[in-house]
Amino acid sequence: MSKVHVTTTVNGDAVEFLADPRETLLDCLRDHVGLTGTKEGCGTGDCGACSVEMEGVLVCSCLVLGVEANGKRVDTIEGMSDGHDLHPLQRKFIEHAALQCGFCTPGFLVAAKALLARSPDPTEEEVRYWLAGNLCRCTGYDKIVRAVMDAAAEMRQEAA
Amino acid sequence: MRYHTPTTFAEAAGIAAAAQGVTRFLAGGTDVLVQMRAGMVLPDDLIDLKKIDGVDRIDPTPEGGWRIGVAVPGIALGAHEALRADWPGVVEGMELVGSTQIQGRATLVGNLCNGSPAADSVPGLVAAGAMAEITGPDGGRVVPVADIPAGPGRTTLQPGEVISALLLPPRGTAGGDAYLRFIPRTEMDIAVVGCAVNLRCDGDTVTEASVVLGAVAPTVVSVPAASAAIIGTALDDTALGTLAEAASAACRPIDDKRGTIAFRTEVAGVLAKRAARIAHARAKGENA
Amino acid sequence: MAKDGLTEFRLIGTRPDRPDGLDKVTGRARYGADFALPGMLFGAVVRSPHAHARIVRIDTSRALALEGVKAVVTRADLPDGLEGEDWDLQENTLAGDRALYDGHAVAAVAATSRLLAEEAARLIEVDYEVLPHVIDVDDAIRPDAPVIRQGAADASVPEGMPPNVVRYMEFGHGDIEAGFAEADIVRERSYRTEAAHQGYIEPHACVGQLGADGAGEMWVCTQGQWYIRRMCAAVLGLETAQLRVTPSEIGGGFGGKTTIFMEPLSLALSRKAGGRPVKIVMSRAEVLRATGPTASASMDVRIGMKKDGTITAARAEFRMQGGAFPGAPVDMALYCAFAPYKLPAVQHIGYDVLANRPKCAAYRAPGSPMGAFAVESLLDEMCRELGIDPVEMRLTNAVREGDRASYGPTFGSIGLVEVLEAAKGHPNMAAPLGPNQGRGIASGYWFNHSGETSVSMAISEDGTAQVSVGTPDIGGSRASIALMVAERLGIPYEDVRVNVVETGALGVNEPTHGSRATFASGKAAVVAAEQAIAEMCRRAAAEWGIDAEAVEWVDGAAQPAGPNAGRFPPMTIAEIAGKMGQTGGPISGHHEGLPEGVGASFGAHVVDVEVDPETGRVTILRYVVVQDAGRAIHPAYVEGQYQGGAVQGIGWALNEEYVYDDRGRLANPAFLDYRVPVASDLPMIDTVIVEVPNPGHPYGVRGVGETGITPPLPAIANAIEDAVGVRLTHLPMSPSKVLAALKGRG
Repeated sequence: MSKVHVTTTVNGDAVEFLADPRETLLDCLRDHVGLTGTKEGCGTGDCGACSVEMEGVLVCSCLVLGVEANGKRVDTIEGMSDGHDLHPLQRKFIEHAALQCGFCTPGFLVAAKALLARSPDPTEEEVRYWLAGNLCRCTGYDKIVRAVMDAAAEMRQEAA
Repeated sequence: MRYHTPTTFAEAAGIAAAAQGVTRFLAGGTDVLVQMRAGMVLPDDLIDLKKIDGVDRIDPTPEGGWRIGVAVPGIALGAHEALRADWPGVVEGMELVGSTQIQGRATLVGNLCNGSPAADSVPGLVAAGAMAEITGPDGGRVVPVADIPAGPGRTTLQPGEVISALLLPPRGTAGGDAYLRFIPRTEMDIAVVGCAVNLRCDGDTVTEASVVLGAVAPTVVSVPAASAAIIGTALDDTALGTLAEAASAACRPIDDKRGTIAFRTEVAGVLAKRAARIAHARAKGENA
Repeated sequence: MAKDGLTEFRLIGTRPDRPDGLDKVTGRARYGADFALPGMLFGAVVRSPHAHARIVRIDTSRALALEGVKAVVTRADLPDGLEGEDWDLQENTLAGDRALYDGHAVAAVAATSRLLAEEAARLIEVDYEVLPHVIDVDDAIRPDAPVIRQGAADASVPEGMPPNVVRYMEFGHGDIEAGFAEADIVRERSYRTEAAHQGYIEPHACVGQLGADGAGEMWVCTQGQWYIRRMCAAVLGLETAQLRVTPSEIGGGFGGKTTIFMEPLSLALSRKAGGRPVKIVMSRAEVLRATGPTASASMDVRIGMKKDGTITAARAEFRMQGGAFPGAPVDMALYCAFAPYKLPAVQHIGYDVLANRPKCAAYRAPGSPMGAFAVESLLDEMCRELGIDPVEMRLTNAVREGDRASYGPTFGSIGLVEVLEAAKGHPNMAAPLGPNQGRGIASGYWFNHSGETSVSMAISEDGTAQVSVGTPDIGGSRASIALMVAERLGIPYEDVRVNVVETGALGVNEPTHGSRATFASGKAAVVAAEQAIAEMCRRAAAEWGIDAEAVEWVDGAAQPAGPNAGRFPPMTIAEIAGKMGQTGGPISGHHEGLPEGVGASFGAHVVDVEVDPETGRVTILRYVVVQDAGRAIHPAYVEGQYQGGAVQGIGWALNEEYVYDDRGRLANPAFLDYRVPVASDLPMIDTVIVEVPNPGHPYGVRGVGETGITPPLPAIANAIEDAVGVRLTHLPMSPSKVLAALKGRG
């Protein structure tokens, strides 16, 4: 089981690690890169807690091998804010009480950010279907959907 | 586990043919990694196909059809307007596989080779008459997608063989296809029943049809009797009723955690009717 | 709506940002699996693939021979001689001579990496002799059922009961037969609910470290660090005070993280591995196979009603299995079943039955949803038969303050009538319904709980305050406790920091369960704040040279209580705190005890559904939760509890269930087929916070966490009948079941 040297860019930073080829990108981010904001809720792509963007595409990091990230750009929850400036989604999640336990929150934020990048003015239905792969057991989704819609509105206003 | 990144399909087939233990090909990985995680499959050799040139491309064929690379994820399929215009049923079948996140990785070929009778993209491919281009240790062959599934978790691919592309035929005129599935929730489930309908019209009248069911037998099943029920009709209620009966009659389902025999049999007919209506509308150029 | 609507608060009832929000939106918050220690090993658990089997032999030699494997633990490594609940916990931690359910832990291994530990676990060979098993509660209660454990019945079980009955109860009041005789109609039905899992998104995770000296530490995601400590100590035979347990942030619990599963294994492995810390993180499959789901239930209910809707008598017989150990919440189910109704005569009978399933754990209002499903369904059917409005029937029979509860005690201040009136007036009740659409209503109840509570509060040198609580924050309790303390101290919300502390820092606290954190830790924190206020008044009085009794605390400052007390400018908390080193030392408050005055919470839900008559799919169109909060300290998080509870109930009602194959193996141990609701399944969940303040709490708080899961089960069944005329009596009301009922196959 020889390990593979992986070179990647995580949140804009050059990162290198040695990965057992069986390890997922999620394992590598958490155990080798030290970024534990990305969570494992299922390990089977059913809960979305491990959502990250790879090359700008939203994926479950539990369904990507660490070795597949070689040469790729990966963006995680830890890269979402600009220093102390929170992303509007992060602010709106706090403001709308869109989190209770907070465990699913990083995955929701990363997924919602990907949605707003391609659809700045989503309908409620669009938000709900886009986020269907992110499970939240605490909130019943109501406040999450509101927070995403409100963040979208604010971002549209800023862009205008 | 050895991780391989061949740059040609011939090389990939060679690695697979030479491998002694458990071998898996990796395209999107959304099934293989789940199986690895559950300990169901512990590959000795994992062959990543994504470094092969062209696997991420969707190209028109000289005949007017489409050639789809093995690593094209659902999200790229869905974003390809021309392909969607030709084969909306094939595209929507793929788009129903998993979440947005899964769509970022999952592929048509992976969905096919996983061998699940409930694979959402396979009925649409079979109804469309799609072909699979196979590379093996001794060269290549092209077979209908319908011939690939062999039963739950099994395919007819031989050791060392790897699918190198999927081929969709030219759409032609006045054609339309559609895929519907039933799941208990609105998203994230495996199909309890799936049904694809591909048809061609002359005016309102159906002239050609193919009805294919998923999740009601060990493999996807084409239902000639269901196709016959609507050919020559304008999809009136009688024809739809006969279609539904034929679809239900073709079911050989099981009772399991996802649905009962009675439910699957009943709903297969319901979905056949609904999918036929959508395909019919699409064939006539109506917005559906 | 509040009874003392004149009271005005500066902070109570506002919606500030939660103090832990920033960490939780940036990925910085540390949950169970996020801890790592130097020299840490990784554990993996070997689990039984059989529902019931004798363990003939465990061979660990191949695993131990693997390079990097540092320890293996089997039951032989745990002490003998435990009894009662401690034995149950130990037996559930690691099987003894028999595996009692699919997923029952049999051995555990620690190695230098997670992959290596998993590989080693596969190398541990276990020979099983498969035994007959039983899964369903109605099968398990048969006299000839496979016996899960001889001698497990407690003293409540009369002679001659079937062997898997381990607890029996019978209670009630009034003349039940006279009551039924007085009724215009008497109806009886049977109902069944399937086991549901709490479904927290964070799998169980811990890092445990235990030395040869018997002193150890643990970092763990739990609702209750003292429970973890006591239970681990009991299972491993340790001295309790030698263990120090630190709770991580917790990724949901809903009752399921109030007990132990693999936590003692990390300590046992650590001890055998020379004291190196051992991390164990469960997979989702392990969570579903081996941690506590709720019980499944089979229930018979009989109710007598007059034509005007008055209930004359009621009887319930509930049978529940809670896995291979005693503890199905059949008692709670019975207590709650008829709680919203004033009954002249009622009889309850309950059976706790063993089956070859995982040991059930608490799940949000344990038992109450099952009982409500049965009772609220039958009442709705009777209203339909008699042509009575279901809300009016509920108002006619509603319990009020001073009424005797169906389960015995007398209700204090409660808000059921206010809840029903608010539901009646909600706009959703007047929304038009189309074809195949229907409306359902149901009530729900939870007692709420207080329990052992210990809280400390200290004033810092700059006049800010820190509060140490023992109840982990699952859904915003830091915010609500900070609001109450800041309100009382008269300082800004931001000046109070609430810390959830480890077992070494306070006396014993019960977990965050029973909807108690904001009530009990909140009440204790207010008492502690009042102690600090009294001390600060004394310090000011001493400086002013007046009696402490002549000083009052207003807006965050000490001031003379009146003109006679003397004329001094107010002395602020910052001024007093700034010189506390010279005026007598630290200023703090501390309260511990069993806070009295718990206030029960009633709720009523109104749901509109549409049923697809060709597929049986049920779509939730509109949903409103009405519930008595006593007083909403932070209304956003009260709404969150209502919405979250309702959606868990919706999941249980429609699609969630434990499915077993014919060999007794769990067929759906993944979120793929254990179908919790996803965002696209749902509409917005409207909420109405009714506030009938609880006189037993300084700010009127009742618990709000649990009641909300109860009404959805019957409300949806009632709505389905309203929509398409079929009555579902067996959860979940999945498309297969609804379609079968529509086709007359039900």
